[in-house]
Amino acid sequence: MINIRVLLHSPAAASILSLIGTLVFYVVFGGVELGQLVGAASWLNFAANLGIVAIPVGLLMIAGELDISIGAMIPAGAMATAIISGYYELPIIFGILGALSIGVIVGFINGMLAIRTTVPSLIITLGTLVVMQGVVLSASKLLTGEASVALLAPDWAKFLFGQLIGASHQVIIIWWVAITVVLAFVVHLTRFGNWIFAMGGDRESARNTGIPVDRMTIYLFILSATSASFVGVCQAILFNSAQVSGGMNIIFNVIVSVVVGGVLLTGGFGSVIGIFMGTLTFAIVNQGIYFTQIDRNWSSLIVGVMLLLAVLMNESFRKMALNYVGLKRTKTKAVENE
Amino acid sequence: MSDNKAVIELRNIDKSFGHIDVLQNVSLKVNAGEVLCLLGDNGAGKSTLIKTMSGAYRPTRGEILMDGVATHFERPRDAQSAGIATVHQFGGTFPLMSIGRSFFAGVEPTKQWGPFHIFDRKKANEIAVKAVQDFGITRINDGDRLVGGLSGGERQSMAIARAVHFGARVLILDEPTAALGVKQAAHVLRIVNQAKRRGLAVVFITHQVMHAMAVGDHFAVLIRGGIAADFRKGEKTREEISDLMAGGESMSDLESQIEGEA
Amino acid sequence: MSTDSIASGGIAARIAGFVRRPEAGTLAGLIIVYVVFAVLGGGLFIGAPGWSSFLNMAAEVGIIALPVGLLMIAGELDISVGAVLPAASLTVAIISGHYDLPVYYGVAAALAVGLMVGAINGFLVTRTTIPSLIITIGTMFGTMGLTLGFTVMIAGSTGVFMTPDDISRALLGQFVGGMFRVTIFWWVAFVVGTFYLLHISRWGNWVFALGGDRESARNAGIPTRRLTIGLYMYSGFAAAFVGVSQVITFQSAQVAAGQSFIFNSIMCVVIGGVLLTGGAGTVFGIVFGTLTFAIVNQGIFFSGIDPNFGSIIIGTLLLAAVLSNDSFRQMALSYASKKS
Repeated sequence: MINIRVLLHSPAAASILSLIGTLVFYVVFGGVELGQLVGAASWLNFAANLGIVAIPVGLLMIAGELDISIGAMIPAGAMATAIISGYYELPIIFGILGALSIGVIVGFINGMLAIRTTVPSLIITLGTLVVMQGVVLSASKLLTGEASVALLAPDWAKFLFGQLIGASHQVIIIWWVAITVVLAFVVHLTRFGNWIFAMGGDRESARNTGIPVDRMTIYLFILSATSASFVGVCQAILFNSAQVSGGMNIIFNVIVSVVVGGVLLTGGFGSVIGIFMGTLTFAIVNQGIYFTQIDRNWSSLIVGVMLLLAVLMNESFRKMALNYVGLKRTKTKAVENE
Repeated sequence: MSDNKAVIELRNIDKSFGHIDVLQNVSLKVNAGEVLCLLGDNGAGKSTLIKTMSGAYRPTRGEILMDGVATHFERPRDAQSAGIATVHQFGGTFPLMSIGRSFFAGVEPTKQWGPFHIFDRKKANEIAVKAVQDFGITRINDGDRLVGGLSGGERQSMAIARAVHFGARVLILDEPTAALGVKQAAHVLRIVNQAKRRGLAVVFITHQVMHAMAVGDHFAVLIRGGIAADFRKGEKTREEISDLMAGGESMSDLESQIEGEA
Repeated sequence: MSTDSIASGGIAARIAGFVRRPEAGTLAGLIIVYVVFAVLGGGLFIGAPGWSSFLNMAAEVGIIALPVGLLMIAGELDISVGAVLPAASLTVAIISGHYDLPVYYGVAAALAVGLMVGAINGFLVTRTTIPSLIITIGTMFGTMGLTLGFTVMIAGSTGVFMTPDDISRALLGQFVGGMFRVTIFWWVAFVVGTFYLLHISRWGNWVFALGGDRESARNAGIPTRRLTIGLYMYSGFAAAFVGVSQVITFQSAQVAAGQSFIFNSIMCVVIGGVLLTGGAGTVFGIVFGTLTFAIVNQGIFFSGIDPNFGSIIIGTLLLAAVLSNDSFRQMALSYASKKS
């Protein structure tokens, strides 16, 4: 049943090579003990926190949109949980629901602005990013007086969202794998998934075939903001606190993971498994360097080089997939795509 | 093929945007199994006419009749449900999707998998490939191939095959051969004939007189928003048609003007 | 703008013509924002302390916003500016501070770094089909990595100090009247130069053409590759320049500096009416957008509004500005198509 050629031409194909390439690089040039690296908590934890956000952002990219507000939604989710259930000491369930609701609201706003105006989603979500940064800071300072809020979650919440399995692996890894499986199923096996690709391929044509393009856009933005919020919730419960974070690195980390995973920035092409692989690759590059003899200060350089090589490889694989002609037929004129 | 009641008819259609009158008193009839070639230079109002026919615009005045009955399209979906399919010059197919997925975008076939309804890839591919091969595109036999790997003519043909498959009764083709080379254009024209033979009413918009004459049964020339001429096949020569499209001046007059400048 | 209206209406028509230009909306927004913060901030904001605070900020982000805006008009993005800035600062600090060579060696090297990163960006953008957003994220990571790696390797820490000599301090690092950074004058120079480039020289037309449709531009004979590389070298140079001016003013350089400039410059440019999709924008629009951004950013401190609300106001302002630019543009387009 598995068609090898279909696999090779899938968006995820090149991302597997990127992953392997990175591992080979680290083993050969970095002297990594593969046994040590595989299954190590440090990069798996990193990957899970990144991956849960990367997939919805990747889906938005396939649908032809961008969402950078996730950079502020993670601390927003964490802070909401901490303030509601830590500072105000309401039951943790309210904190979790509150945080997720904020994700839904912000996602809804992003989506509405995207469909009602001609402003590109990069700019819209830049606006909501900045606004949410301010909201998190204001809420924290004005309500609690501090830039860091403590939270002590009850055991069941800790078990579900914040425990360390084997004292090292965050339970969010399991959430990540589960979410990946569910979204991979929806995107690649259901009609809704096809709609996402259609929207990204040609929005107007998709609309003409009856696909509810506007509704789907809003759902996708809600999904991405809420996923980011969820990651924040897990972090707050795990670390027993939330802070007004400064680093916007997560935005670029997500984009790199998604793009290395084979998603096309211009939309219409990509896969959930590919994004999963891209996240793994990024996490290994970023964290795996600690297992090597290479000075960790060079890790960003390796990310940059890896990104460019991975994207070039993705481009080649995609062109191959487009130009493929059946083995039995004589070669016909390949189509100019650009 | 027959002198039936017209499948689609436009009566005294006006379309204005604010102060700008784009279409003035346009009346057209297309019968089943016939090709109406709508000729006109750029700016004549062809695309506005298409959009009015396909429900994207509402006429400022006048009526649209389907099978003799006055109908009103609120939005493109209404026109589609009534059986009007539009194939544009670019687009309508999704280059980065497989043939099967692109063919069924929006109306994907599903099969049961436990409690879930999943996309039936095999069925979609089978039907898409068969529909396309029925139209004479034999090169395609694998529904998993990406649409972007097809030539421009094949993509047009696929779009037409798709429209026919989903029960279109009126096929509006917007400059289908404009971007194609000679061989590919011939391919598309053959498919237009196929659609005609299957009983569709075809509206073929173009500014290429040769292509129009190859498939047309009935011709209308649109000049500055109005129908300047309406005639059946055989009533006018190629030169006469070209002159009409150029706005009345004969081609030879235009040529001597151009040479005069040199 | 039709010639009819200008010929047949005199001053009123001229003003009407101006109002429909995209910068008009940005200028209106700028004036409104200034008035609001002047009312809230009172004498201090209207006086030298206010002006110096937002002009200082505007100058830094403004110098970077100009080439970022040009690139956006040409249809491209540059994320790497956030990494070139600290790279340049640290180059100066290491060469002239750590190694104690003359300051102008350090400055020259820093500017060269900017030009080089720009050249790499331009080369990759024009030679591959990879979108510029992705390429410049890659060069951002690469430059960050090199900066961090070399700094720690050479200086053993992530921050380096240096002491500028008198000339370089006067040229690049002084506070005129004790409050106004000399960078402001450099910004004016960049504005003049960019204005000439975009609106007077023929290259400007090429930039618009590039953003309108790259293929058509190339077919028209425009050297699109060289132009793109040149634009990226300009943005690298500008980011490096700001980095140089920062280290000479504050006498220290940090590896982590500069990230905020990425999105701040985009905000200034977008508020200024440049279209993300390319092909439209003006230098004055960018300048007005930069001033608006800086006034809001700094004005909050003078206004008595809780500074924690600062980001919320800026973000809301960005959205309001972009949405109203949208409306102005629809107005302008609909006027043009009215039947005469």
